[in-house]
Formats: sequence, C-alpha cells, structure tokens
Amino acid sequence: MDLTFTASESAFRDELRTWLAENPPGPEPVGDEEAHFAWRRQWQRRLYDAGWAAVHWPTQYGGRGVGVVESAIFFEELGRANAPLPANVLGLLLGGPTLMLWGDDAQKERYLAPILSCEEIWCQGFSEPDAGSDLAAVKTKAVRDGDVWRVTGQKVWTSIAQHAKWCMLLARTDNQAAKHKGLTYFLLDMQQEGVQVRPLRQITGESEFNELFLDGAVVPHENLLGGEGNGWRVALTTLMNERAGLAFFLQVRMRQLLDRLIVQARERGRLGDPLLADRLVGLHMKSEALRLTAYRGLTAIEKYGQPGPEGSLTKWMWSQANQELCQLAVDVLGPEALREGAPWAYELLRSRGNTIEGGTTEILKNIVAERVLGLPKAR
Amino acid sequence: MDFDLSDEQREIQSTAKELLSARSGAAVVRTAAEARSENGALWQEVSGLGWPGIAIEEHHGGQGLGLVELCVILEQAGAALAPVPLLPSVGVALMIQRAGSPEQQQRWLPGLASGELRGAVGVRGESACLIASASEADVIVAVEQGGSASLLTPAQAQIEPLLSIDPLRSYIEVTGEGEPLQGDVATGALTVAVAVAAESVGVCQRALEMSVSYVKERKQFDTPVGAFQAVSHRCAEMLLHTEQARSAVYQAAWATDADQERLPAAARLAKALASEAVVNVTASAIQAHGGIGFTWEADVHWLYKRAQLNAELLGGATEHRRALAELLGITAAA
Repeated sequence: MDLTFTASESAFRDELRTWLAENPPGPEPVGDEEAHFAWRRQWQRRLYDAGWAAVHWPTQYGGRGVGVVESAIFFEELGRANAPLPANVLGLLLGGPTLMLWGDDAQKERYLAPILSCEEIWCQGFSEPDAGSDLAAVKTKAVRDGDVWRVTGQKVWTSIAQHAKWCMLLARTDNQAAKHKGLTYFLLDMQQEGVQVRPLRQITGESEFNELFLDGAVVPHENLLGGEGNGWRVALTTLMNERAGLAFFLQVRMRQLLDRLIVQARERGRLGDPLLADRLVGLHMKSEALRLTAYRGLTAIEKYGQPGPEGSLTKWMWSQANQELCQLAVDVLGPEALREGAPWAYELLRSRGNTIEGGTTEILKNIVAERVLGLPKAR
Repeated sequence: MDFDLSDEQREIQSTAKELLSARSGAAVVRTAAEARSENGALWQEVSGLGWPGIAIEEHHGGQGLGLVELCVILEQAGAALAPVPLLPSVGVALMIQRAGSPEQQQRWLPGLASGELRGAVGVRGESACLIASASEADVIVAVEQGGSASLLTPAQAQIEPLLSIDPLRSYIEVTGEGEPLQGDVATGALTVAVAVAAESVGVCQRALEMSVSYVKERKQFDTPVGAFQAVSHRCAEMLLHTEQARSAVYQAAWATDADQERLPAAARLAKALASEAVVNVTASAIQAHGGIGFTWEADVHWLYKRAQLNAELLGGATEHRRALAELLGITAAA
C-alpha cells in the first residue's frame, strides 16, 4: 500500500501541470452552444498537437500508452485546470477503445487517427425511447440489402450528434433471436440523407442531447463492428469504458464546486450556522470517500485487470453527492442561487440528470446486487 | 499509487480469517456473549501468533509491523466478533508506544505484545466515560477531556464495570489519577480511533455477508426475498457504506505508518465514516433478516450491539465531524 504517486506518475503529473499552466484553454464561452463546442474542438486540437489527446491509448495509435493511474491523473488535472473535456470525448473514451478491441485492421487504420486529431467527431446511438435502462430492448432495425444495411428507427439522448461524423449504433438485425443475441453494432455515417438530428431541450433550457431519426440510413457491410449478432457484447465494451473513464474528472469537478461553496458560505457569514457547517463537512466526507474508493478501483484494475466491488460504486456515489451539494448551495445562498442563469441554478438543474445518465442509480444498485453480491436477478 | 494490501498483508488477512472462522464460530460467540466472558484459550492462541504485538516495535517484543497490518487483523476480529480483548490491549499499546515515556514503554509494551498483559483504553469525559477493557485489565489508558491522557494500574484506579448492551466486550468506568502520558497523546488517540474504525469495518462486512446469504435463502411469495429490489437495493447500500468506510480506514492506517501529516484529517474521516457505517449497516442487517433478525436466536443482534459501542468508543461521528470542520476551516472563526 502506498498512497503517493510513484516517481513516474509524479513526473507525468508535473509535465502535464506545466503544460496546462502554459496552455490555458481560455475563457469558456457562455450561452452559445456552437461557440462552446468550437472551443472544445480547438482545445482537443491543442491537446493533440502536444500529444495529450489520448494518453491512455497505446503508442501505436498515437497515445502515450500510460496506465490507469496516469489516465486518472490526466482527467484530475484537466478538471483542476478548469479545462473542458476534449470535444471528441466519446470517440476518445468509448469509440477508440471499442474499436481497438473489436475492430479489424482496416477499421482501426481508417477510424482511430481522425478520432484523435478531432477531424471526425463521434457520437453514441444506444438509447431509444423504449430502450433506456433496458438497453437490449432496442428496436431500431437494420436490414441487409446486398453490400449495405438499411437502418430505420429512433435514438435518443445522443449528445453532440449535430457535430458528429460517426455514430456508434446499436441496432436489431435478427427479430427471431433472443433479445440480447439479435443485436449488431454499426459505425453509421451521420452525414447522409437518412439521418435526421433534432435537438432535445432539457430542464436547464439548453440542448446537450438530441434525438436521432433514422429512415433507411445506409451502412456499408464493412462498417459492422464485431460481427453480425454480436452487438450486445461490443456495446458492453463501450459501456464499461463509459463508467470507468470519467470518474476522476467528475470527482475533481465536484471537489471544486464544494470548495467554491465553502468560500461563498464564509463570505456570507454562513459558517457560523452549525447545521450548514456540518452538511458541508458531510459533503467533504463523501467527496473523500469517493476519491479514495476510486483510487482503490484503479489499483484493482492495475493488479487484477478488473475493478473490485468498489468499482461499481463510484458513479452512484458521485451522482448522489453532486446532487446533494447543489441542493446545499441553494440552502446556503438562498434566492441568489435560484436566479435564472445563476451558476448554481444551472448546476442544480443539471445535477438532476446525474442519477439518470450513464446508468440510473436504480440500475447501478441492481448491478451491485446481482454481480457483486450475487443476489438473484431483480424483479 | 497502490491502494491495496500487499501479498504479505493478504497472507495475514487469510490466516486470521481462517483461524477465526474455525475458532470463533456462532456457537463460541453465543457462549461467550451469554456468559459475558472472554475465551481464554482463543486469547492464548492468538497471542501465540503474535497478534497483540503486531504493531509494537520489535525491541519491545512486538512484530514491528504497521497499523495497516493491525487493521487487517482487527477487521477480521470484528467480523468474527472474536471474544478476546484484542482491541483494548492493542489500543493501550498504541497509546503507550506513541505517548508514553521510555520507562512506561519498557514496563508495559513487552507484556502487552506477548498477550500476558491485557489492557483497557477509552475516553474519560466530563459527562461520560467509555473505556473498552479486557475482563481484568492490567493497565488502563484514559484519554481525558482537554487532550491529556492518564495511565492507571488497577491498584491506582477505582474500576466500576459498565454493563453495556454489548456482552462480547467488557467496558468500565474508571476514577483515579494514575500517571500522565506525556508524549503525543493526540496522535495516539487518533491512531486508536482508526483501530476501532477498522474493527467496525469488519462488523459491517459480516453484517452484509449474513444479510446477503439470508435473503438468498428466505422465500416469500415463492421467491427469494433478495430478488425484490427493496431488499437487494438495501444490500447494495450496505456494501456502499462498508466500502466507503474501508477506503477511509486504510487511508488513515497508511497515513499513520507513512505520512503523519495526513493523519489527523484521515483519522477523523475514518472514524466518522466507520461510526456512521457500522450503525447503519448493522441496523440494515436486522431489517434484512425480518422478524428473525429481531430474535435473540439469530446472531445479527451481536453485531448491532457491538456497532453501537464501537460508534461511540474514542469519539462518535458527531465529535469527529466537528473536529473535521475545524481542520478544514469550515467554522465561523476561520
């Protein structure tokens, strides 16, 4: 047990810190989603030029081939520097690793480099109106027509679809097969007639997500990933990466919000209220428990190739703590936190999504109960 | 960064687990609880294995290992509710090792390390005194209100047994002066708090395991009740609380051994989280067992009772949260 960084981990962190200090991302555009995305695109290009775009990718694909600890450090430092996630985060964290595991040589050759350089943005077409937590219930249908597949259906919660060139698409190719067996994973070209993107307005008023309408969209046969009928297994690779990748960025962001709230509470003379002070301490405890538990998960991945029981807990812990923190901010700051457009008002509303996106808390509890504790399948 | 037990520490863990599952099974625990007595043969055996002295320096007759190794063993002792005075004895030794004079260390540590001497340790406050003790302690350390600590022998102390709801450990009230411990009492007391927290994590783990196996077996509506989400999600939450406390305990144990600047905040965090977790998880275990869990015959109540005492011993969650607020500057004065 050694809860300090090794010499090489420290060196990695110091090099990154120095680079981030010399290359600030610049002010975050507010209220203009196009400008915001352009800012993140620009940010990824700068990361790319300096070799920081995908530190966790193997060197043969243009990454640095670093371990999970350095990868966590990368996201922690990004969060600490108030830098945004790179524009193509879905390609970098989900698409790339899925391709590396399931893609053939031609696919890896074709797709990986433009993900890294941000020339081609990726999005994820999994969820549907009737397939949320029950993801294997997807109805979007793909039918073979000679050398191509024609896809019809509807996807939802597709973030950055309006900017994307490629979509990781899960579609049903066999109606006769069992639910999980009739699925296939496609790489869909978003820039074609059969694909329509409509922004989905969320409770914050902005549109981070979209609906995707597919009407005879064409996918060449060589764009199957992992083979026909194997879509569920390929999708699980993507989902596993989704849960592991962002924890450290989110954890640091939450810590920054908490520290900001403590400062604001002090400025307003609210720390004399022992009830509020204790709730702030409670959030500090949750934030520390999350950080420490996430690090245990990293060591487990490093030593045993997979996270231990603690690995299933971090997203659940983060989402609940973040919601609690935003509510506490409202209690500390009162009406000023509730003004339309106030930063905390935005955080408060946005945090309601935390316990839904990327696996609802209910589903995460099912996963813990069934896969970690070995309880019978839920009903 | 390596946040896991080493191979040697895992070896210690599995040895302790195997031994205690053989020697401190349900019947042994029940016998000890109903008689409110320790198991002398088991104490002899674990003393022979060097457990009481695991974190005592070698020149005082101990094994010279760290708090991490001690916490590994205490976690197993907690899980097994082993009827031996391990925590009070190692607690006293930690206090004397940290805050005692060379003479006090020479006088007490070798006997505590070998298990021949047994201890009592706790806090003597203005309104309440909670000291966990061997059935007949040879040496007592009381952390006083205000941060000093006193070392007392039975000859110097008036000892009143405190018959608590936890029949598997003796607790006492102590009056009398004794002699002061003049070293770093504050750090010593934090270290003992971490040890208590480690035992509590073991209690959590056992409560979780018993609950999981019960809800897999117990059927209602022709279904194992563990298939109902109201029940399975409760079990998932028990795991969450257990793992959070475990993360905090091992950070604090590691900090004691390797990075003492981190210790105060890490120890407060560990004791506060473990105190909350152990009460919450053992209460949940009774609920998960349904009516059976409320009977004397089922063994979950021993865990709940230990949990209540451990939550208070060396300071409850409220006290440690208040101290954390001070450390973090979350106070009006800061």
